[in-house]
Order: sequence, then structure tokens, then C-alpha cells
Amino acid sequence: MNDFSYTQATTAKEATGRTKDQPQAAYIAGGTTLLDLMKANLQEHPQLVDINTIPFKGIEQTKDGLRIGAMERMSDVGENKLVLEQFPAISESLLLAASPQLRNMASIGGNILQRTRCGYFRDAAFPCNKRVPGSGCPALEGDNHNLAVLGTSDSCIATAYPGDLSVALAAFDAVLTLENQKGKQRQVPVKDFYLLPGNTPQKETVLEAGELIVAITIPAAAHAQRSTYLKVRERSSYAYALASAAVGLDVHGGTIRSARVALGGVGTKPWRSPEAEKALVGQPATEATFRAAAAAALRGAQPRKENAFKVELAQNTLVQALMKVAG
Amino acid sequence: MNDLLLKSRNKQRQQRLRHEVSRLYLSLTDLIPMDTESTFFENPPQTVAVGQPLSRVDGRAKVTGAAKYSAEYNHLPGMVHAVIKTSDVAKGRVTGFDLSAAQREPGVLAILTHQNLPKPALTAETKEGKEAIGYSVQMTFMPLQSDQIFYAGQPVAIVVADTLEHAQQAAAKLRVSIAAEAPIASYQDTKAPRYNPGGKPDADAEGTKRRGKAAEAFAAAPAQVTATYSHATNHHSPMEPSATIAHWEAADRLTVYDATQGVSWQQRALSAILGLPQDQVRVITKYLGGGFGCKGPIWPHSVLTALTAKAVGRPVKLVLTRPQMFTSVGHREDQEQTLRLGATKQGKLLALLHEKTSTTSPWDDYAETNSKFMGMLYQCPNFEATTKLVKGNVMTPTWMRAPGEAPGSFALESSMDDLAYQLGLDPVQIRLVNHADKDPATGQPWSSKSLKQCYQRGAELFGWSKRNPKNGLTRDGKYLVGWGMATATYPVNDSQGNARVRLFADGHAVVQVAATDLGTGTYTVITQVAADCLGIAPDKVRFELGDSALPTTNISGGSMGAGTFASSVYTAAQDLWQKLTKMAVTDAKSPLFRAKPAEVEVVKGRLQLKANPAKGEDFAALMKRGSLTDLEGFGQGKYGAGYEAAQSGAPAPAKPDDAGKESGHAMYSFGAHFCEVRVDPELGTVRITKWVSVVAGGRILNPKTARSQVLGGATMGIGAALMEQTVRDPNLARYTNASLADYHVPVNADIPDMTVEFIDEHDPYINALGVKGIGEIAIVGTAAAVGNAIFHATGRRLRSLPMTPDKVLEAMRQPV
Ligand SMILES: Cc1cc2nc3c(=O)[nH]c(=O)nc-3n(C[C@H](O)[C@H](O)[C@H](O)COP(=O)(O)OP(=O)(O)OC[C@H]3O[C@@H](n4cnc5c(N)ncnc54)[C@H](O)[C@@H]3O)c2cc1C
Ligand code: SF4
Repeated sequence: MNDFSYTQATTAKEATGRTKDQPQAAYIAGGTTLLDLMKANLQEHPQLVDINTIPFKGIEQTKDGLRIGAMERMSDVGENKLVLEQFPAISESLLLAASPQLRNMASIGGNILQRTRCGYFRDAAFPCNKRVPGSGCPALEGDNHNLAVLGTSDSCIATAYPGDLSVALAAFDAVLTLENQKGKQRQVPVKDFYLLPGNTPQKETVLEAGELIVAITIPAAAHAQRSTYLKVRERSSYAYALASAAVGLDVHGGTIRSARVALGGVGTKPWRSPEAEKALVGQPATEATFRAAAAAALRGAQPRKENAFKVELAQNTLVQALMKVAG
Repeated sequence: MNDLLLKSRNKQRQQRLRHEVSRLYLSLTDLIPMDTESTFFENPPQTVAVGQPLSRVDGRAKVTGAAKYSAEYNHLPGMVHAVIKTSDVAKGRVTGFDLSAAQREPGVLAILTHQNLPKPALTAETKEGKEAIGYSVQMTFMPLQSDQIFYAGQPVAIVVADTLEHAQQAAAKLRVSIAAEAPIASYQDTKAPRYNPGGKPDADAEGTKRRGKAAEAFAAAPAQVTATYSHATNHHSPMEPSATIAHWEAADRLTVYDATQGVSWQQRALSAILGLPQDQVRVITKYLGGGFGCKGPIWPHSVLTALTAKAVGRPVKLVLTRPQMFTSVGHREDQEQTLRLGATKQGKLLALLHEKTSTTSPWDDYAETNSKFMGMLYQCPNFEATTKLVKGNVMTPTWMRAPGEAPGSFALESSMDDLAYQLGLDPVQIRLVNHADKDPATGQPWSSKSLKQCYQRGAELFGWSKRNPKNGLTRDGKYLVGWGMATATYPVNDSQGNARVRLFADGHAVVQVAATDLGTGTYTVITQVAADCLGIAPDKVRFELGDSALPTTNISGGSMGAGTFASSVYTAAQDLWQKLTKMAVTDAKSPLFRAKPAEVEVVKGRLQLKANPAKGEDFAALMKRGSLTDLEGFGQGKYGAGYEAAQSGAPAPAKPDDAGKESGHAMYSFGAHFCEVRVDPELGTVRITKWVSVVAGGRILNPKTARSQVLGGATMGIGAALMEQTVRDPNLARYTNASLADYHVPVNADIPDMTVEFIDEHDPYINALGVKGIGEIAIVGTAAAVGNAIFHATGRRLRSLPMTPDKVLEAMRQPV
């Protein structure tokens, strides 16, 4: 790990000011992603600006939902009563993630910006288009067991966001409040925040240099209240998802009035599936409907040798999640 | 018959010796040559502390941080830090170094490469070198001797700096140019030749083993099972990464703080490699954070640290990084086994043919010895096992908890399950049908074997009698529920070592063995043994280990530690009591004056007449009268075949692999596992919901630490069964998941509340205390028990480890 300078910022303005003209500087929140990457010499940052001291805090009821500060810890958000009542899927996505120690340390802003677990990306000895553009992608013909089947390109097939929270956020129409170096704020829906790899897998989100995540707002909805997050993995705990599903249904008289579906572990970004939602709305809440929706969600999948199982696994995960919320 | 013969022979011999000793006493009053046989305790001694669930004597030191691990000797004068720079690619040649940026980093003291690192006096690359270094060498190749690259992660340079951070950063800045070539990643590469290592002069692998006519017997067998199994590469992944601190205290005297399972082995190896007299090398390992085999052999990083310290003239600390732990200390090799079982319609085995193919390194013919297990577990007249190897661009694999038995048992115990279903037999029943009443490999009787009791007790504890004989029929909501079981065994390997006991007149004692405690409880159980041998309470005993300056002994490995150390401490205590007895019988003030030593016994530290226990005295009284503050005993203890040979007067086995051939009995621990799984047939997840292990492992020194060993072994087996696999990129031969976030070992949530029981055994042949090792047995059979339970749950047989959701889903697509 390189030597770096370390400063604490107490306001957003101070923080963004420190990164101006310092394209290599980085914000540090819990540090659970950032320091791992720096220690493995995958990222080099000569300046670290600590943002733990900025009051991006609070889990508040607003008139249309919840507003959560970006510096709130995963554990605090996951266990929060308002979140549990209004967005069970979001709570579950946090509490099924990582380990208690990590959840106590990690912020939800940092969670949104965690990076892929693709083994080639995580080891500087390998070529990797995401890390060194143009160096190649050994995962295409190599170990792609954990990688994506949806949204892939010839350049990269990694699940760029390997985690859980953003999958649930994408499903329930969460919106990020961002603040740039000029002090200007903008709102970006989570489902539009992440980019497909295309030919530029190194560009993962729409976040500008030095821009901060300030808060997350999530609109309350009947389908969000009746929601769940199902995560499938080899190890029962402390592992990333092979496949996961965040789903919510609003069912009346056996018919689905509205539905939300997003998949994790299978897309190059948190995979909101309008196709699946379309296949659900207006239909009876039955297994047959759920199977059709699952098939729709995975229709465009491009499986490879080691990850072909994810097509079936993701569908079954989705069906089980839907069955659970349908009751 | 044999047992009786041995007993009477022993008895005669002991009587003869006692007689000789007493005769000498009568004629000599001064110098009395002492009886070196064990005559004071009946075998085994009265147990007070042994067998008690004593909590770890080192527990407090560990939880308070007082326990010093090898990387924690930070007080050494002028100590500096080394970081190893490794090769990115798996094959090629170093064409140059760009040191400029690295040298500019602050604090850098030296950058050592094959061009300027001091040369070792010898390496294991020659036959003489290998012999001089001893049994501990697994990888004969020594990196940093030439520009050749043979595996990814091979050391190519060592950077030394004043702090760890400076060394790390300079290593990151060091540029190494390598002309890369296409590597061979594994035996699965069809370009690579497969060869049979048999007949090669120093092959570790076995080539071919035979008895009877296996192929013919298989062809004629009315019931047949043929199946191929694969096992992923596994890494030991102990909590404590390997670490070495090398301190040259003089130009020709080296002290090494090293995370090793065997300080005596390490001392011998390092002295040979560095060209120093053995007594000029001291190796210290007071605490170890797990080893599982990967800290048994000597590996290059320990040698390189010593050479680096020599080069910079200061103590040097090197700690392997977690990724380096995957390419520096061996692994369990990736392997494929094809097994053919032929049996009668009643399930009696007629033929067993085993073929194994695995990946080894470019230099060494290493393969786990699966065939030993295959050949001894069940009665089977016709047997053939062949080992084939492929040389890949990987380092040499090594022993990992039950090397051979663990993967071998997955194949054999899965196929036995198949055979049971094919013939409509209960899985326990087919194992009873094939129970070997003597060792099928050697024809020897067992020294003790309580396998049938293990099956019976395990079945009882588990509720096996309620098992539905048909598979795929038990559901619990969305889950398919299944039960499986498997047999476990592990040999009592031949071993020996020394011990010293020093008893003080004030009633406390220091006991010394150059043993190591991997975290298993060695400190604790040997304290208990010593307490009973000396007749004092455990808290009066201080057991010192982990220093090659102490009496030399074997490594803690091969499940030999507890038995070897216990018998050497026992023998040392005998020596001590003999000295004290001599004092008593020649001391006019002692109640035992002029008694014959053979008539004296020791009970809880009191020397007394066997015929009249009231006549005697406490050791303290005797020592004080003689103005002795303390007295020492020294002992050489044996474990396994060598012990039996020594007891019966037969020649000791020549080398460990020959053990058994010259001894009277085959020596093994046995056990049985019972497992319940819940399989989600749509998600492919397997969760273990019930577990029972019953182990017959001789005398259990401490039921608490023993239980932990079985829990740990079974848990590691569940890891291999369901999640552990290191993946080498098929084209680049480099691991893609060399971290503990990506190489999954089980967490608490994967493991149910396990039931562990032991069958009480008294085995007079294996060592003075009847101790069998239990460090490895519990991993044996575990993966098969899980796989058999999955088969019972789903009707699908999984033959590739680990049995991950993708493989379960694939199997669920197949027709039953
Ligand atoms: C072993 C392991 C297992 C894990 N398992 C899971 C899992 O199962 N599921 C899961 O979802 N996650 C998992 N994680 C990831 C973990 O959740 C993230 O590391 C964590 O959420 C990151 O938060 P942090 O506050 O520590 O971020 P940091 O490491 O401090 O920051 C991460 C990145 O975000 C930037 N950043 C942070 N906050 C802001 C902000 N407010 N505005 C702009 N930029 C910001 C930083 O500059 C940095 O680039 C795991 C991590 C580890 C190490
Ligand atoms: S999949 Fe993406 S992250 Fe992984 S190696 Fe290829 S380019 Fe790199």
C-alpha cells in the first residue's frame, strides 16, 4: 500500500474541496472496501479524505418514504424499525451481507460503491479490462463461476456490484442524492446509477470525480412493505450471492396489482427486471405466473462454461422469493 | 493367540530384567546400573488428571494476548522486515529487474534476487541434500537459485526494509520482467502426459499396489459399482499465516522463531541447508495458530529468511501474506479417482480396483497415499491400486489433514453406499458384512479395533433405525431430507521422541519436550500425563515445548504428537523414579533401605513396598534428606510399531513406511460419522442439520480437547464436502481465489450442534499409555457421509467435491 495523507472533513463542502484538483484522492468511509483494494495495490490514493465526520446521518420518515444518510452503518440501517416495517427486503439485504464486524464498520454509501469480487480483478498479476483497460479478460475462458450472465460484454462479465443492498434499492425505486465539487446536488435513481460494462468496464457508475453520495430516499409502497430478499450461496453466511432476488408484491384478491423485481449475483449491475414485473402485474399470484416472470427475467442471459447454472438458479431464486411474499 | 504370546514374552523379559537388576543390587552397593524398562507403573499408571476434561492450560495466555506467536518476537536488536516478491506468471524465465523505483522508497535496506542472495550450503535437489535435510522436505526445489519460473507465486526477490510497510511498498514498486511461457495448470490439461511414478527411486507416490487378481475378480463379480470421483485443490488455511524470524546470534549460530509443527525437524533441515552443526541452529515455536500439515515440512520461505538475515547482518522478520499462504506451504492436490468394486449378491467385496490421477509439481512425484486406506478398510481378497501423476506448474502439494484417507474415503465410502443401495442393504449393514477382522493389507491382527461399537453407538445416538430405506422420500417443506453415514480410520504411525522431567523437592515439576502445540491442546494433555506420572496435581506441572534446545522429538503431525510426547514423558518419569528408588534403597535413613528396587512401587509420588505399602516415603522427604532440590529423568518414548517391536524385542522398523511389516499388529483408530442434510432441490443448497461422530481412539487423555479435535476434523471435512476449493485458472495456472473471502471455509452457520462420543479402548501394543492419535481421523469419511446423505435425500449421487449448488442443480436435472 502506498503512503497517503489523511484528513477529516466535517462538511460536504470541505470534503469535495479537498478532492478538487486531486483526481487520485479518495473518500474513506468504513474503509472495508477501500483499504482492501489499496493493500492489494489495486488502487492507489495519495490522499484520503475521511467522511465519517460529515453528518450524512439519520433514518427519517418523509412524507413519501424514508431518507437515509449515506454514512449510516449497514447494521444500524438493517436493524432499524422503520426500515424493517416499510422495506423488509432492504433490511434483509443488509443483514444477510458480509459479517457482523463488517456491517458495524461499513457505511451504506460505501456499500453502494463496493467493487467486483472477480478474482482476476482482485489480483494485479492477472490481466483485466476493468482494472487495466485493454489488457484482456481472462474470465471469459477461465474461472467465471461467480460472474454475470446478464448485461455482459466481450470486455467484461463481472458482477461489478457483487453486494446485496443495491439490488434491493434498485428494486424499490430508491434514489441517490449526490453532491458534486461545485456544491450542486442531483438525484439519480439507483437503477440508473450503475453502468453496463460495454467497452468501458472501468467506468462503473455515473458518479463524477469527487462527487459524494449524500443520502438515499426510498418511496413507501405496498409492494415494498410486502417484500423479501433471498440470497443463495455455498456457505450459509459471510459470502457473496451466487444469485439473489429482491422482490415485492402488492396482491389484491389473488391478483398482482404491482410488483418489483431485481436480481443480484447474475447481472453486471444490480439487475432490475421490468420484464419480470410486466409478466407479474395483472396476473394471479401463482407459481405458474412466477415461473413465467422468472423466465422473462433471464431471457437475454448469456451463460458461460462455469456460470451456466446461474440461469436456472436465478429463476428458482426468484420464484422462491415471490412464493414467499405471495404467502 | 499372538496377543497372548507377546504378553507372555514381555512378562518373561521384564521378569528376567528385574531379576538381573535385583542380583546386581545384592552384589553392588555403590554403582548400580539401572533397569531401563518400565517397571514402576502398571501399564498405564493410575490416572487422576488423565481422562479429565481439563481446560486448556494455555487458554489464559491466549485470550489475554500473552501467548507469543512466531511473528511476535519484536524485541530483537535491529530487527528488519522482509517481503517476498513473487512471480505473476506460472512458467517462464526472469529476464531482468528494474530496481530503481523500489530502491528510492524510504527505508529500503536490500533487494535480494537470484543474482545476489547468499547460496545455501545444499538444497534437496540432490539425493544427498534430500537425505541430509531429512523427512521434512516436501518440495525439493529451492527458489531464487536461478532465473527459471515454475509456478505462479514463486519467490523472485526479497525486499528488506526498516518497517513492514516500507518493505511492502518497495516490493510493489519493484519491476520484474519475465518471459512467460504457456503453463500446465492441472492433470485435466490433455496436453500433459500422465505417468506412473512407481519404480522411480525417490517417488513419494506409490505407483501400483496389488494383492490377488483384482481385474479378473471384478469381471466375475455378480454386483459391480464403477465410478469416478474428483476432489478440488484444498488449502489448509490456518488462522496464523506462516512466519519466520531469523536471528544470527553469531556468524555460525542461528536462532529461528518459526511457525512450524516440528522444531526438531526444522532444526535438522535448516542446519543441513545452511551448513551449520545441528546444535548451532535453534528453532522456537511456542504457540502455533493451526497447521493442518502445511507447517510440517520445511518450505523455502524459512530458508530464504535465514539467508536474507545473513545477507543484511540483522535479524529479519518475514510473514507470509494470506495470498502467499496459497502458494508457499503446499496444498491438497486436485485429484480424480476411479473406483471399481465387485461384490457378491450379499454385499461381500470380491474386488477393489482404484486408480488415482493427480497434479504434482515439476520436480517431485508427490501424491497423497489414498491406496493405503483403500487396501485396509474392508476385507477384500483382490485389490489393485494405481497412482498416476501429471506434472503441472504448481508447487509441490503436501500433507493436509489425513492425506490420502480424506479424499480416498470420499471415493470408497460413496461407492460402498452405492453398493448398499444396489443390493438393498442398509449402509451400516454392508460395512458390517465387510468388516475386516484383521488387516487385509498385511494379514496382521489389529492392536485394537472398536469399529463395530462405533457403528452401533453412532446409529443409536443418531436414531438410524428410523431411517427410511428408500431415498428421495423424506420432505420437510421445500427441503429434501436425507441421512448418510461413513466409516473413518487413521493409522497409528510409527514415531518416537525424547522427554525430560525435572521434579523439585517442593512438589512441582518442569517437563520438557521439543514438541509443538498447534492449538490442539498438547500443552494441556501432556501436563495431565506428566501430573499422573509424577503423582502431583496438573497445576504443579509446567510443560515446556516449542524449542529445539529441549529434548528432540517428532513433529505434531500424522496424529503422532499426543502419543509420542505422552510416552516419552512417561518413560522419562520412569527414569526419574528409578533414580529415586536407587536413592531410597541405598539410604540408611529411608524406610526402603536395602529393599530390592523391583519390590518398590510408586503410587502418587510415594515410593513404597509393593508387598507392604505402609512401608515407604514421599519423594519430597527422600530428596530433602539427600539435600536435593531437584532431580531429572530422561526418556525416549515410542509410539506405534516401534513401541511394539521394542517391547517384544524385535528389531525396530527401518523407516516409517516400513512400520507394521516387522511389528506384530496393525494399528489404527476407527470411527463412524452419521449425517442429516436438508437439500433445497431448486437452489442446490445443502445444509447439515444433524451430526454424530463416534471415535475409538485409544485412551482419551482429555475428553474436552479430544472433542474439539473431532469437531474440527469433521468441520474441515464438511468444508471439503460443500465449499472448499482453490481454483487455478486453466490457462494461466494461477489461483483466482487466494483469499479467505473467496476460498470458503465453513462458518458457524454451516455447522449444526454436533454430537461426539468416544469408545473406551485399552490398547497395550501402541505405546505405554495406549494413546492413539485423533487429530485427523474425524475428517476421514466426512465428505462421504454428507454425499451419502445427499443421495438419500435426492436420489442423486454427487461425485465431485465440493458439492456446490451448481453441481446439485446439475444432478437434479438428471433422471433418478
Ligand atoms: C469479506 C467481505 C465480505 C463482504 N460481503 C458482502 C456481502 O455479502 N454483501 C454486501 O453487500 N457487501 C459485502 N461486503 C462489502 C461491504 O459491504 C463493503 O465493503 C462496505 O459496505 C463498504 O462500505 P465502507 O463504508 O467500508 O466503504 P469504504 O471502503 O470506505 O468505501 C468504498 C468506496 O466508496 C467510496 N465512498 C464511500 N462513501 C462514499 C460517499 N458517501 N460518497 C462517495 N463515495 C463514497 C470510497 O471512496 C471508496 O471508493 C463484503 C466485504 C468484505 C471485505
Ligand atoms: S470479468 Fe471484468 S473484472 Fe473480471 S477479468 Fe474480465 S474484465 Fe476483469
